[in-house]
Amino acid sequence: MINQVYRLVSPRQFEITYKDKTLLTNEDFVVIRPLYLSICAADQRYYTGSRGKEVMRKKLPMSLIHEGVGKVVYDPRKMLPVGTMVVMIPNSPVESDDIIAENYLTTSKFLSSGYDGFMQDYVFLNRNRLVEVPNGINPIVAAMTELFTIAMHAITRFESKSHNRRDTFGVWGDGNLGFITSLILKKKYKDSKVIIFGKTEYKLNNFSFVDEVYEIDKIPEDLIINHGFECVGGKGSQYAINQIIDCISPEGTISILGVSEYPIELNTRMILEKGITMIGSSRSGREDFVMSIDFMKAYPEVVDYLQTLIGEVHEVKTISDINKAFEQDLKTSWGKTIMDWKI
Amino acid sequence: MIYAEILAGGKGSRMGNINMPKQFLTLNNVPIIIHTIEKFLLNDRFEKILVIAPKEWINHTYNILNKHIQEIDRVIVIEGGYDRNDSIMSGVKYIEDNFGLNEDDIIVTHDSVRPFLTHRIIEENIEAALKFGAVDTVIEAIDTIIQSDDKDVITEIPIRDTMFQGQTPQSFNIKKLVKHYSSLLEEEKKILTDACKIFTIKGDKVKLVKGEVFNIKITTPYDFKVAKAFIQGWDSND
Repeated sequence: MINQVYRLVSPRQFEITYKDKTLLTNEDFVVIRPLYLSICAADQRYYTGSRGKEVMRKKLPMSLIHEGVGKVVYDPRKMLPVGTMVVMIPNSPVESDDIIAENYLTTSKFLSSGYDGFMQDYVFLNRNRLVEVPNGINPIVAAMTELFTIAMHAITRFESKSHNRRDTFGVWGDGNLGFITSLILKKKYKDSKVIIFGKTEYKLNNFSFVDEVYEIDKIPEDLIINHGFECVGGKGSQYAINQIIDCISPEGTISILGVSEYPIELNTRMILEKGITMIGSSRSGREDFVMSIDFMKAYPEVVDYLQTLIGEVHEVKTISDINKAFEQDLKTSWGKTIMDWKI
Repeated sequence: MIYAEILAGGKGSRMGNINMPKQFLTLNNVPIIIHTIEKFLLNDRFEKILVIAPKEWINHTYNILNKHIQEIDRVIVIEGGYDRNDSIMSGVKYIEDNFGLNEDDIIVTHDSVRPFLTHRIIEENIEAALKFGAVDTVIEAIDTIIQSDDKDVITEIPIRDTMFQGQTPQSFNIKKLVKHYSSLLEEEKKILTDACKIFTIKGDKVKLVKGEVFNIKITTPYDFKVAKAFIQGWDSND
């Protein structure tokens, strides 16, 4: 079959390429028709060209998007019925390791970073790269699952590497990731206090489920948290992490989730003095997807909250519709931009 | 019920000196017609996918289907008629004889040598055929269209903005198609090269669905080269 793949060829320019994909193969693959695709900040860094010339030269042309939901259109082994709604996992490991998780193995491929993402007529994925979406979950919310798994993964890592005094959590960053991280923490630790720290008042107003809200220039001096989560990214992550270092009680952990293009400066003296553990986390693996979907099933109200993160839904029938969705997303300061994939 | 009908009755006279109809030539080691059928197989809304082939090529068609596609239980190869519309009607007759005809049954007909069609084009054909009864897939005319009745001088230059180039799929409500086709005189049938025209001359509206420039029909050695260039132009990002 000739499959259309919609690739970014240079900043702001998409083109169609055609890839021959056979339906006859011994590999355990399933063919998925994408339904809703969600735009991530990482996609925007490619789209706008802010990854820098060298990275762009190395990785493009490439299809973007690694957050999405689709339906099964062909399963050679007939294990998944045609029409089954599935979340697609962009991380694609080629080996397994007892210690290193699939998303940290350097051999793993990540679709939309060096390998074609989900902007295709049909996506061919290995069966274990799919997680079924239960009935009743809004497919548009399901399209954002990958972002949810990032927070889920970071929290799971935090749980295995931190001490048990978890009375107060601080989450820095009033964007989508900060929202989801706070939400999961609040659900998992009902009796703990979750405090959100952000820059923008109208964004912070969305965090009605947390216990306390602070603008980052109005943090009380005596405020103490047990553990911190940085969901800021970019240059701002430097200020966020240093604020966490100031607020955190000794032996706490700081989970770093935000991506920065450049190295940042940290107050290492206080990291040492307080005995702080820094936990880096990046991307997610199958387990995180399964846990996330189970979490949404267990807490239907989480799905309702996630629904408030849906920014604009753009029907995409042409390449210029893709451009419109990406451009609109750049102008959007809150919520996720979703492409209703009708191309 | 929704049916697909892949028209593979051509014998490839425009492709030059080749030993088999153009739909059986291979693109990346797979016959063009297989690429096309696979796109339809990935759409579960089709009850059956009829492939209309010349009688002497029916066995060959089954052979390549078995070789390249695991599941062919939805695919049926049947013999074509004496021209395009007659071939379409052979498919319709097969449906009528084997499954019966319902009021809202539709058929999505497609050239076997247009393997570059997309999910969107198929979906929009189905939706529009269900709603409007007849659908043509078109792209806006790129070149200025010149009409010349004597093939020597210009008769007319139509306004380009109103000109479109017809592609396929063409999709129809089957009962309407049968009704209109059977009411045509034999002479009318002979001069009708396009199935949508059956509807227009009977005064029925035909809805337009946007095609794609790359939804090309591979009929000449030039098209074949273009098609090869399309699918060989990718890099290793898969």
